[in-house]
Parts: sequence; C-alpha cells; structure tokens
Amino acid sequence: METFFKRLSSLSATTILLILTSIFIVLFIEAKPAIKEYGLKFLIDPRWGVVISNTQNDKLKNNETVEKSSFEDKDDLDNDLEDDDIAIEDEDALAAAGVTASTDTKVIYGGLIPIVGTILSTLIAMIFAVPIAMGIAIFLAEIAPPKIAKPVGIAIELLAAIPSIIYGMWGLFYFGPFISKIFGGGSVSLLVAGLVLGIMIIPFMASLTRDSMKTTPDVLKESAYAIGATKFEVIKDVIFPYAKTGIIGSMILALGRALGETMAVAFVIGGVFKLPSKLTDPTVSIPVVLANNFAESSGMSLAALFYLALILFVISFVVITFAKFYFLGDNK
Amino acid sequence: MKKIIAGLALAVVSSFGWSVNGTGATFPYPVYKQWIKGFYDLTGNKVNYTGTGSGTGIKEVALRHVDFGGSDKPLSPKTLKKAKLYQFPTVVGGIALAYNIPGVNNLKLSEAAIEGIVLGTIQYWDNPIIAKYNPNEKLPHKKIIFVHRSDKSGTTFNFTYYLSKMSNVWRKHYGARKLINWPTDEQGRGIAGKGNFGVSAAIKTNNYSIGYVDYADALKNNLKMATIQGRDKKFYAPTPENFEEGAAHAGFDPKRDFFKVIAYPKKGYPIIAATFILLPKEKTDTNKKVTTFFNYAYDHDEVAKKLGYVPLPSNVKAMVRSYWKDHDIKPQN
Repeated sequence: METFFKRLSSLSATTILLILTSIFIVLFIEAKPAIKEYGLKFLIDPRWGVVISNTQNDKLKNNETVEKSSFEDKDDLDNDLEDDDIAIEDEDALAAAGVTASTDTKVIYGGLIPIVGTILSTLIAMIFAVPIAMGIAIFLAEIAPPKIAKPVGIAIELLAAIPSIIYGMWGLFYFGPFISKIFGGGSVSLLVAGLVLGIMIIPFMASLTRDSMKTTPDVLKESAYAIGATKFEVIKDVIFPYAKTGIIGSMILALGRALGETMAVAFVIGGVFKLPSKLTDPTVSIPVVLANNFAESSGMSLAALFYLALILFVISFVVITFAKFYFLGDNK
Repeated sequence: MKKIIAGLALAVVSSFGWSVNGTGATFPYPVYKQWIKGFYDLTGNKVNYTGTGSGTGIKEVALRHVDFGGSDKPLSPKTLKKAKLYQFPTVVGGIALAYNIPGVNNLKLSEAAIEGIVLGTIQYWDNPIIAKYNPNEKLPHKKIIFVHRSDKSGTTFNFTYYLSKMSNVWRKHYGARKLINWPTDEQGRGIAGKGNFGVSAAIKTNNYSIGYVDYADALKNNLKMATIQGRDKKFYAPTPENFEEGAAHAGFDPKRDFFKVIAYPKKGYPIIAATFILLPKEKTDTNKKVTTFFNYAYDHDEVAKKLGYVPLPSNVKAMVRSYWKDHDIKPQN
C-alpha cells in the first residue's frame, strides 16, 4: 500500500511535467513555418497581416491595372478580370487542403503590437489591483470585526468565481463608457482592458493574501502588542514578513491569470493593431489576437498565431519563474 | 424531459430518413437552422450544419471531411476545378452603415463621403462633402470614430470588396480582405469590436461613431442606419426591398459556378453579400440530398425574411436549379 501510494503521487506529479513539455512541443511544431519565415524579427515587427508584392513585376502590373481602370467607365468595372483581381481567395484554407492557388503576394506577420499590448495591460492591472487587494486583505484579516469580515470574505470569493465573459460584457456596456467619460478616448481601450483585468484579479489576490495573513500565529501578534506596537506596526513588522511568501505567491498567480486572460479583454481592449500612444488608445494583446483569428486562419497565418501562443507561453514562464526566484529566494 | 424522450423516440422512428453534414460560414447560420428544422419536420431527413467560419468550411469540404461546406466568399471557377467542387448561392444579406450622432437621424452618405470616411481624408462630421447631401441635419464639428471588426470576418471582406469596387484609391492601397489595417486606426480614430455584436455595442456606446454591421444585427440593436448612394447615383435606404433590388442586379452566372461577389450591383442598395454552398463533385448521391434540402429552402423565403435576410431573386433560383440539373445533382422528390 505504501509503495502504491508513493507511485501514484509521483505519477500525478510527472503528468504535470509531461503536459507542460508536450504543450511546448506542439506549439513549437505548429509555429515552425512562421519561425522559419520570420525568425526573431517577429518579436519587433509591428506589421500584422500586411500584404506586400513579391516581385517588382507584380507591382508594375498592379499599377497598370489601376491606371487603366481609372480611365474606364465605371460600368466596365464589372468585367471578369476585375473580379479576379479583387477577390483574393482563401489561399490559406485551400493550401491547407492541398489545393494551391498561385500567389504573387506575400503576407507579413509580426508580433510586436500584441506583445506590447499584453505586457502593458497586465502592468496596468497589477498597478491597479495590488494596493486594493492588499487593503481588502488587511481589512478582512485584522481590522474588520468577524460580523463584517465573514460576509465580505464570502462576497470576495464569489467575485473570483464569476466567469470572465461576464466581466467582458459588463466592461463593454457599462464600465468602458464610464471610463471614457472620465479619461476621454473610446469606450474600449488599453486602459479599460487593464482596469477590467485588475478588477478580475483583485478577489484572487485578496482572498489568498488574507488566508496567508491569517496563518500568522496569535502568539507573535500578541507579544508585539504587549511590547506596545500599534496595529499598523503589527501589520507592517509582524504579519507582512511572516506571510510574505503567501502574499507574493498570490500576486504571481494573479499575474499569470492576467497575462493569459482572453474573453474579457477581447471585448474591451479594442482589437486595433496599433501601438498605443496613450493609455486611452485601443490596441490588442496576444490572447485576443488568438481568439479573434483562430477560427478563420490556416496555413501561414495559423503558424503565426501559434508563434504568438509560443511567445505568450514563454513570457508567462519567464515572468513567473523570475518572480518566484527573485522574491521567494531559494527556500522553495 | 418528456419532450426530450419524445424527440428521441421520434429520432429512432424516423431513422429511415437520411442525414448530411455541413460546416462553414456563421453569417447564414440562423436561417439555415430554421430551414433545417422545417425540413426535418416535413421530411424526417436530417441536415447538420455548424457555424465554424468560411475558412473552415472551404477547408473541410476540400478535404472531404463534410458533405457540404458553407462560405461567404465565393471561389473562382479555376479553384473550384482544382478542388473538384460545385458552388451555388443560397441567401443574401445586407450590410448597413450604422452611426451614432446625437441629434442626427437621417444621415445620407454619398460615395465620396463613404470613401473619405474609410480612407480617413474626412475627419469631422461637418465636412462639406458630408454636409452637401444633408442640408437639414445639424452635423457637429466632432471627430468621426470609425468602428470595425477586430476578428477575421466575411462581413469585413464583403464591405472592403464594395469599397474596392467603388473607390480606385481603396483598391490600390487596401483591396478586399477579411482583416484589414484600417487607415483610420493610424489616425487614432478607430475602434474595433469582436463580432457583429461587438461592433454594434461599440457604435452604441461611442458618440459620433460610424461602422459597418450586418443588417439583421443593426436592426436587432436599434442602430440608426445611413441611407447611401448606389452605383446609379440614387440614394437607397437599407431596407429588404432595396437589398432585393440589388440582388436582382447581381449578375450571377451559372457558367462560372456563380462566382460573384455581389456587392456594388448596378442598381439597388450597394453593400450586399451572398453566401455560398460548396459540394464535392464526386459524391453524387449525397449532393442530391443536399440540393433537396436547399430546394426546400428556396421555397421558404418567409423564413429568411423574418430573420432579416434577403431571399435570392426568383431568376437566380431558376439558374441554380438548372445548374443542379446540368450537373446531374437534381434534388430528389
């Protein structure tokens, strides 16, 4: 029985590693065409889905057509040649099915804008959420009388259980317009996305932080009070250092959720492929690009999406590993 | 619960009926669903259709994973030959230019105005090019916010196709695509929404905005829709009658497998779009089943009308029926 248990639990632990590596491998394989085509330049290229002509010849031909048609009567536009010129077929979809149509143009994909959008929206969320979550946790753990702490605590946990799409719809219809009235800009923007994200991760952070604060032994707190410490001093010098690991852990979890959040952000970030010049500009993030384009993509555009997914995977991995080692030291 | 059991029993009883599977465009999904239900009630035959997007529809039918594919984008006869597919249109929809300008209720947009708005050369609502046809409206000196789709979409393709036909400048620089880097985004006056639903919401919540939405959605969301200038320079309000007039002048040609993006017809409301069905050439038997279903659909226009779609004009229906006959995939009786 003992060995069986041991085996079983080690098997569960291995599964995680196995899943992690297989996800990484699948992402890498699917992204390979895009990695080969665009290389690391993908990371700093702000163009997404921009069509460029492959050869000088094609450019000339295109110009000719345009000049020619501009002299023609509008009625003549309806001939077959024009139709073929405009209607770009679903080359991607067909290529994936083994039917190749001749192409004289090339589409460029670059990931800079979604990468920047992801990082900025997460940053805004963290800046907004951390102080509020800490305040809630301190209030619940130390200041509030049990009569209040209990219902508020339950409310916070309920907030954490709300599906993200509901936050998205609320953001789209009410919160976004409200923010745009105060800060200007449109009803969907980087700022709105960051704030909605922040609101989503607050309950997470708050309830985990409260739980870890509550693990502080009463003896420690009481002895601090006994030597004349005020409430603020007890929280600052006794509870925080004691619960440090748990608090930072809650932030890391929240950060992970903010980085990968899709549905809520897709509704409120604006979906415009443009580097934001101010907070109230619309932009995109990696998960949003994936959700918006995955269904209709194939071939190279699909590979580019997988490349983006791989980048998101690596970003989350690096951020969380860094946070873990930097803040928690080697004691873990 | 009783209903479910009854339904199951019915399904078992009527298992003599056949079933075919299709996937593809999401735009016609609501009307297909209604037709499928009516068809099942009448014949006991089952048609399964899932809305997965035009790209998937083309891919799946080209790979022969499904019996038929749906696409908002027609394939050229050359490509159809290569992929060994038949193609025919099923239903038409209109795309409206919906706007939100407080105090303005009857906006009229000329071709020059639409071109200027999408290209970003007209930046304010009180621009003389817009004001010219709206002498009775008080247009404010406010920046125009242009709303577009953030996801890849057939609606974007059809709208940009219309723009390409209408404007040489647009065709030269942007063309017709499912995802476009809109010039208004560069000027910081662009917002995007996910799906027709997202665009409608963005128009509703942002004053001084304008955007393109499927007619059915604009109607559902009570958006104000602009009357726009057609190819014959007359102004057309976005109404089913005007869409129908446009569809009648679409110029479908059975010899070219109905390969035609129908936006910008000679007469009628100019921004209209048809959706198509793709059939694998070698599956004659299942093809007959599929055409049987669409034959039923062609006879039930009222379903489409109720949902804000426009049925195919009768001359086009006749063309499709003889196309079926010519290719030996005539509906069963």
